[in-house]
Amino acid sequence: MTPSLIPRRSVTLPLALALWCAACAPPSHPRKVTVAAAADLDFALPEIAAQFRRANAGVQLDIAYGSSGNFYSQIANGAPFDVFLSADAAYPRQLAAARHAPENSVFPYAVGRLAVWVPATSALDPATALGDPSVKHIAIANPLHAPYGRAAEAALRSLGLYAAVAPKLVLGENVAQTLQFVESGAADAGVVALSLALAPAARAHGRYWEIPPSAYPRLEQAGIVLGDSPAAREFRAFLLSPAARRILKQNGFSVPGE
Amino acid sequence: MDWQAIWLSVRLAASTTAILLVIGLPVAYWLAFSPRRWKFLVEAVVALPLVLPPTVLGFYVLLAIGPHSPLGALYARLTGGMLPFSFQGLLLASVLYSFPFTVQPVAAAFLAVDRKLLEASWCLGVSRADTFRRVIVPLSVPGIATGAILSFAHTLGEFGVVLMVGGNLPGVTRTVSISIYDQVQALNYAAAGRTSLFLLGVSFAVLTLTYALGRRVWAIWPIH
Repeated sequence: MTPSLIPRRSVTLPLALALWCAACAPPSHPRKVTVAAAADLDFALPEIAAQFRRANAGVQLDIAYGSSGNFYSQIANGAPFDVFLSADAAYPRQLAAARHAPENSVFPYAVGRLAVWVPATSALDPATALGDPSVKHIAIANPLHAPYGRAAEAALRSLGLYAAVAPKLVLGENVAQTLQFVESGAADAGVVALSLALAPAARAHGRYWEIPPSAYPRLEQAGIVLGDSPAAREFRAFLLSPAARRILKQNGFSVPGE
Repeated sequence: MDWQAIWLSVRLAASTTAILLVIGLPVAYWLAFSPRRWKFLVEAVVALPLVLPPTVLGFYVLLAIGPHSPLGALYARLTGGMLPFSFQGLLLASVLYSFPFTVQPVAAAFLAVDRKLLEASWCLGVSRADTFRRVIVPLSVPGIATGAILSFAHTLGEFGVVLMVGGNLPGVTRTVSISIYDQVQALNYAAAGRTSLFLLGVSFAVLTLTYALGRRVWAIWPIH
């Protein structure tokens, strides 16, 4: 026996196995939905996704969380998402316009709510923290591109606090980083998404006060189905169903039409 | 174009480079010449900012300079101010972040100095400090210049660390990379493109200068 046989066989067997697997494995999950979701859905959507998966065992559902602005740029440049759940309504509408998709492909699915958040160790009352003279820094998300930042700024104006707090504002890149600024103690209080303040980690480390929704323009969050996969449409239908709406409400959102 | 952010980044990069030259040269000297056996541990710590994701480094810096940390409390007692969301805090983070970019080229340059010259200097009764000042540093100028220019360029383009500890205050912590990011997020691609192009031009000029200084022969065209 020539010694070369041994290495050759050691290559052939795995290769044959790999080919066999590739040939006979069923095309795994023929129905697949990839969702790009705004970061404020990080706590509500997993619960909705779990129910959707139980009801639709044949569908593989993948969710990526991130900044709506980043997703917008990625999708505009061909990122292969089936559904985009934005933190506002403007990005999906712009996408619909750019793709000549019908206006009704954009669907509102939730309404964001704002809360003032202070760490558990703080002596501040979240309801009065924004106007407290001892506060040095107040964190909000960047109003230039974060919908919750724009709403926070509007709320500060309508509560008559903006002039007093403007020099104290520090800007987080998104609501999650805004919360992080406060949690680290670097900022004394922050204006964040109620969905974030209700998240288990934030609940354990701080207290919140919901800003009255009348104080800022309605934070409507809309989504868009990209492409025409039936599974994506099923996911949209599920997201708008009473079960999903109940989960959204439990996690700090209002729902459209209420 | 956001000139305020560009000017802030230039100031931050220049201050960072100046501080790094002051503290980086002694550290590089120690790394190059110390006979300690555990030197490799210090070398590993110095190189860590090369490996750590900037946002991770930034997050730990935020915790380390926050009012709950000993460092933050000490700073508040001494100055009455706070390090997060201030230029000083950003400066501290940048110094940590660019530390290896100064120390490594400078230590390599120190090691490349002919040992015989150092021994000759010591034998002639020149102290170690004077030998460092009058022999090692003059012979290592290209390496020191490389370290300084790399640190400057690295700080100019720094993003993740600033994002985590800055708080995006115009004129204080909104550096040029944050300004570009904000413009992209707000879909102002034209404004972001202009500022990026300017940053690209500056970076190219700085790096060209670095490599031009490193040339031993100053003729651009071959001489026959």
